[in-house]
Amino acid sequence: MSDDAIRIEGLTKRYGSGDTAVDALKGVDMSVAPGEVVGLIGPSGSGKSTLLKCLGAVIEPTSGRMAIGGETIYDSAEGGWQSRDLHALRRDRIGFVFQAPYLIPFLDVVDNIALLPMLAGKSDAQARLRAQDLLLALDVAHRAKASVAQLSGGEQQRVAIARALANQPPVILADEPTAPLDSERALNVMRILEQMASQYRTAIIVVTHDEKIIPTFRRIYHIRDGKTYAEQGEGRKIYDKRENK
Amino acid sequence: MISLAGRDILHSWGKYVFTGIGLGLLIGVTLSMAGIYRGMVEDARALLNNSGADIWVVQRDTLGPYAEPSSLHDDVYRILQGLPGVAATGNVTYLTMQARRAGLDERVMVVGIDGFNSGHPGAPAYLLAGRGITRAHYEAVADIKTGFSLGDHVTIRRHEYLVVGLTQRMVSSGGDPMIFIPLKDAQEAQFLKDNDAILNDRARSAANPSLNRPGVPGLLDAIIASQSANHNVNAVLVKVADGWDSEVVAQDIRRWKRLQAYTRVQMEEILIAKLIATSAKQIGMFLVILAIVSAAIVSFIIYTMTLGKIREIAVLKLIGTRNRTIAGMILQESLGLGLVGFIVGKGAATLWAPYFPKFVLLESGDTLRGFVAVMLICALASIVAIRAALRVDPATAIGG
Ligand SMILES: Nc1ncnc2c1ncn2[C@@H]1O[C@H](COP(=O)(O)OP(=O)(O)OP(=O)(O)O)[C@@H](O)[C@H]1O
Ligand SMILES: [Mg+2]
Repeated sequence: MSDDAIRIEGLTKRYGSGDTAVDALKGVDMSVAPGEVVGLIGPSGSGKSTLLKCLGAVIEPTSGRMAIGGETIYDSAEGGWQSRDLHALRRDRIGFVFQAPYLIPFLDVVDNIALLPMLAGKSDAQARLRAQDLLLALDVAHRAKASVAQLSGGEQQRVAIARALANQPPVILADEPTAPLDSERALNVMRILEQMASQYRTAIIVVTHDEKIIPTFRRIYHIRDGKTYAEQGEGRKIYDKRENK
Repeated sequence: MISLAGRDILHSWGKYVFTGIGLGLLIGVTLSMAGIYRGMVEDARALLNNSGADIWVVQRDTLGPYAEPSSLHDDVYRILQGLPGVAATGNVTYLTMQARRAGLDERVMVVGIDGFNSGHPGAPAYLLAGRGITRAHYEAVADIKTGFSLGDHVTIRRHEYLVVGLTQRMVSSGGDPMIFIPLKDAQEAQFLKDNDAILNDRARSAANPSLNRPGVPGLLDAIIASQSANHNVNAVLVKVADGWDSEVVAQDIRRWKRLQAYTRVQMEEILIAKLIATSAKQIGMFLVILAIVSAAIVSFIIYTMTLGKIREIAVLKLIGTRNRTIAGMILQESLGLGLVGFIVGKGAATLWAPYFPKFVLLESGDTLRGFVAVMLICALASIVAIRAALRVDPATAIGG
């Protein structure tokens, strides 16, 4: 299906070589539709971070194919990366959310977000307008001029999500985004991600260990020993029921 | 596009300014060192300019009178005056010594001159206050830097002199302020012995049978008189008549009078290339060390600042910031530090320059060269930090 936001086929990644080589990914297949939020869960060392790094174009896979928004970004049969400018690829097509917000401490809230459109060549005014819109959507607009150190943990995580959305990427990769939050805040972050996914037609992959949020996924990829298994999220019906009561 | 460097500096300006001040004081020391050298050259020039001479006539085979001792008879000037192209001559003696006034003991260069109207070779070109020396003995004109004032009684050797005039920028090549006294007094001061020594010398002459001959009355007295009088000067300053080339006149003096004669250009060469050459090298060496130390400090500071931002740099790279942008940020921060340091340094050097005992000349050319050097050093110093930043793997932002 070429209208998938993310499509991964037969992806492998081997770290090192010879006796010490580690096969972290052994043929991963995955597809995520625009606007869909999928969970990626698996035991420690199963290859979750490795998969995100490959898709995030910060490490090079060993073989396979990856496409974003119907466009191939990596194909080992076609010589690897299809674009020479991986900085631009990350900047324009992939948003990142981490366990910790990792905001830039010397920029205020609005410029933490506006930096991305600026890096992509937008004017300062346009970039800040975009940032203000996102802050409004994420309910932190009143903190726009604050320094990041003055925000609460939850506010920081929302600003981090706004930053991931700043260049309207088709894909957001989130690595344990709820780990440091209590269950109410964690569910809140998931609600925001879902809302943003449907509002901006963004495909979101959420790597998590977090039992609290697992029920929120409609679809989950299990990863074990470098291979993925898709599964419908059983918890979702219970979660929806609880949300709507 | 916002300036990442600017924002980072504003965010941690306290650390930045403190570091800048520290660096600035170092730069201030460097600028002062250059100023001290310039001051020495300037003092040497002032010495030559203010002497009002075109040619310095000194003892043969010496680099006198400033760089080497030189001694001439004080009647040599008469022969020189007869030469074509010579407009005026002046006998001078130079002697660096202590001059005392009640409560003040000052190192000065005592200059003996044989004429005091302005324009007389060797005499101070102009007076700040008071008058020139009019009496034949025991009057003095002092440079303002001696700290003496009009009406002071100054003791040089055993005699007291009345300060009747004050002048300015009359210093020796070593930067000691000058005090002018009549030539005869200066000759005496230069060779004057204490009473015990005079008595001792007289006794020795009287006991010497070849000097104290019974059949020759008056011989001993004549010998003693010649021993205790001094008819030498250190140099004769010559002013060349209008329309004459001083090199031509100097050549005549060298050829016919078997004396050494230096023109203004040659004198400057002697003072700057020979007399203060070692000091210049000393200062040059110091400047090199300071430059290396500054470079090491700047690179260390910028490197530590960068290491403190590794996480942010990884995130910036992950979200698509180009290496060029990150390198630019570090380079700008380094140059910014250099700028702060330079402003502080220039300010400090200007502030403390007047308190140096000798003349410190902060040339705008040196300031400009210093600025360029600081910027170059800062740019070079940022290389280590930039290399570290470029090695940061954006994958570390995602973590394990
Ligand atoms: N840079 C590397 N060099 C060598 N081996 C690596 C490297 N990074 C990861 N690995 C190995 O690859 C395998 C997968 O690691 P990965 O970090 O993807 O696991 P993970 O699923 O993210 O684990 P966790 O839940 O603990 O974060 C592990 O066996 C790990 O030891
Ligand atoms: Mg991991």
